[in-house]
Amino acid sequence: MRLSYPTNVKIVKMPCTGRVDIIHLLKALENGADGVFVAGCLEGECHYLKGNLRAKKRVDHVKELLEECGIGGERVAMYNLSSAQGQRFAEISREMTEKVRALGPNPAKKKENGNDSSK
Amino acid sequence: MIAANRKPFEEIVEMVKPYRKILLLGCNECVTVCAVGGTKEVAVLASELRLYREKEGRPIEITEHTLERNCDPEYVESLRAMAGDYEAMLSMACGCGIQFVGEHYKEKRVLPAVNTTFDGVAEEQGVWAERCLGCGNCVLDRTLGICPVARCAKSLFNGPCGGSSGGKCEVDKDTPCGWQLIVDRFKEMNLMEKYMEIQPLKDWSTSHDGGPRKRVREDLKL
Repeated sequence: MRLSYPTNVKIVKMPCTGRVDIIHLLKALENGADGVFVAGCLEGECHYLKGNLRAKKRVDHVKELLEECGIGGERVAMYNLSSAQGQRFAEISREMTEKVRALGPNPAKKKENGNDSSK
Repeated sequence: MIAANRKPFEEIVEMVKPYRKILLLGCNECVTVCAVGGTKEVAVLASELRLYREKEGRPIEITEHTLERNCDPEYVESLRAMAGDYEAMLSMACGCGIQFVGEHYKEKRVLPAVNTTFDGVAEEQGVWAERCLGCGNCVLDRTLGICPVARCAKSLFNGPCGGSSGGKCEVDKDTPCGWQLIVDRFKEMNLMEKYMEIQPLKDWSTSHDGGPRKRVREDLKL
């Protein structure tokens, strides 16, 4: 398809978004990411029935945690798309990148992580 | 299990404010089962605190450590070699564990990250509810397995009060009336005549009213 999406998006592959845990999202931010999005299958189409619905609840919980520690819940997001929607993936990557750029760098980014605020 | 809730984040932040290096303790027993103070919750709180302090420009070093139990000396003593490296200990164990660690490491501040709430059960995944107040004199044989001490807000012994309405307790519309549950059980078991038996005044000296309790088994002592 030769689609392009922002180079700052780093993909971490999971067997199912049901495997995504709260700590995975927090660790990404602790390690310097400015935002994290979870791309799960379309609702109702999870091969494991509820994996993406569980991930959605966890993302919502992480939003609350990030609000209480002052980082801001909008730095994490959940999207749903099928594996055949490459176009949509590129679109989501651009959307999230723009959203996070507007928020500015992660305020908890350690100095030793360098100045690359677009991760 | 002993159930607990995590304290509000702001309260925890305020407690650890003076410190730059802390040991964050979890417990593998009850607080793991009720998803408040096990390895996972310790990791989440540590991460949240690090993010907050990094943002504030006052980074904090946190070591995460979960003991098998915080209420047995052999596990608590296993911290001896590392305890000296930290300015304070923040514990996600229940109130018993927090106190016991404090008793063993008197030179350290041991801070509670959770509010210990009740002895209860997991009614379903993610839902915990109170079942026992540890009154020290069990009456479950007389009330067919439903505790009037823990399930009735007033701990009544001879039927419901006037606040029982539609099977619910007046303190909260979602809380079943303990005595309604007991009466329903009497009916199910065809034992309504037992409901008519007047229960004598309860001796509360076996509960916490009699002061902190202690149990000793000489045959087990070393």
